[in-house]
Amino acid sequence: MAEVRAIDYTGSERLTMNMGPQHPSAHGVFRAILTLEGEKIVGVDAVIGYLHRCHEKLAENLAYVQYPSIASKTDYVAAMSSELAYVMAAEKIAQFEVPKRAQYLRVIVNELQRVASHCLWLGTWCLDMGGALGGGTSIFLYCIRERETVLDLFESLVGARLLYGFHQVGGVRYDLPAGWAEQCRATIDTIGKRLFEYEEMLEDNAFFEARTRNVGVISSALAQDVGVSGPLLRASGVDFDLRRDQPYSSYQDFQFKVPVETEGDCHARYRVRMVEFRESIRIVRQVLDSLPEGPISSRPGVKSLGQVRVPKGEAYARVEGPRGEVGCYLVADGSQKPYRMKWRGASFSNLAVLPYILPGVTVADVVAIMGSVDPVFGEVDR
Amino acid sequence: MTSELNATEMNISRARMLLEDLPGAVVAEGGPVVTVEVAVDQFAVVASILKEKLGCLFFSFLTAIDHKEAGLEVVARLDNLDSQVCVMLRTKLGAGNTHCPSLFDVYRGANWMEREAFDMFGIVFDGHPDLRRMLLPEDWVGHPLLKSYAVDTPYPPYR
Repeated sequence: MAEVRAIDYTGSERLTMNMGPQHPSAHGVFRAILTLEGEKIVGVDAVIGYLHRCHEKLAENLAYVQYPSIASKTDYVAAMSSELAYVMAAEKIAQFEVPKRAQYLRVIVNELQRVASHCLWLGTWCLDMGGALGGGTSIFLYCIRERETVLDLFESLVGARLLYGFHQVGGVRYDLPAGWAEQCRATIDTIGKRLFEYEEMLEDNAFFEARTRNVGVISSALAQDVGVSGPLLRASGVDFDLRRDQPYSSYQDFQFKVPVETEGDCHARYRVRMVEFRESIRIVRQVLDSLPEGPISSRPGVKSLGQVRVPKGEAYARVEGPRGEVGCYLVADGSQKPYRMKWRGASFSNLAVLPYILPGVTVADVVAIMGSVDPVFGEVDR
Repeated sequence: MTSELNATEMNISRARMLLEDLPGAVVAEGGPVVTVEVAVDQFAVVASILKEKLGCLFFSFLTAIDHKEAGLEVVARLDNLDSQVCVMLRTKLGAGNTHCPSLFDVYRGANWMEREAFDMFGIVFDGHPDLRRMLLPEDWVGHPLLKSYAVDTPYPPYR
């Protein structure tokens, strides 16, 4: 007769659970090997790289005029910021001037991109956390509706909705078409009004409060130690925004607030992003009001591969993307291609904090925390 | 605005002075970013000095550059977000050497960054607790960002 073993219900037995790589809450391909004691997580091994395309080797083999449109494929939810980081690094080494109008256009598209990216973040995050938030998928569909209107703006400006190729070394490729500014004002006015509806929907909801307050707390010391940036860093009490503290592309000309929260939990990250929405809209309005006339690029349109040559040197250019510090470290050797290029993906460093904050939380909280980190796996895996 | 600029400049020159006093450290001239080159064995030591004495708490990134015959170079960027002092810490490993001290004990962000550098360049970070490939599969052969690794290197079996 087989020996009958008593089942241990105290939770001391450990279970290894595989979350991903095709988990709906991962927003991409991310695999977390979780070690559980009951419902509680005691160990995390994060596996990434499913979307790896070796952008850095690609960049070494593509000319300065070719790569910007590839750069948009790193963070495909905020393609404008990664393109800008790359061209800024090249401009920094070569000391190319960028006309004022081009700088302002760069600010407009980057702020609209932040609005579009935050729309996607809010919708998908609330969808992950369950139907109790605002009646099923309502908030997701509302946010996608808003994001579509911003993508319409990009489509009439560039011709593409997701991956743009808008920036080029020395300026931008397209000027505003007729009637674009009015369309843009109408769009951001609508979004600005609707933000209040979302806040009302979420903040009166007890489930939302319960799932986000004191969940996934990142201390300011841990955040800096790991290199967490952007809304996560500001939600952890570090008052740092590249647009204000290291202004690039004429950001010093505009007035905007940098939201800072000290709790460091999911709710703080939500509040920071909701303020950023409004500040981005405010910046776009200011740019449209003060857009100077003039050329949009200091360099002629791209005709040949060898057109842009960058002298020997190196530079690190960084922009404040929707997810944080998007950096491009470029080493040039004087030829038409970079010698070495390193992407500092904001999502990569933000995600690296997970092994430090997940132990101790429950499996259901992983979903809320992942969503509040807002990783884009194209940028994590590059 | 002017006084703020001066404060930043003062912080940067103070950082320069501190780093110049370190034995074997070479501080590059000028620029808003302080670039300091140190010997390999001093890499982690200087990083901890930067963190404690200069308040460079923010770990931005760590990467490597392959200088072909001259060997590999490891670069780390460390920022002080309050005083706006940014330091590029570099060290040349020398021809044929692939060992570098790990910054993991100083910055936890070095964990994934060093795993990526190991993955792409084959640099062994001594003292790293868990040095596995980060982005490529574990059975991958070679380190793609080395200049000796051709773009069209076949990988059997194709997957």
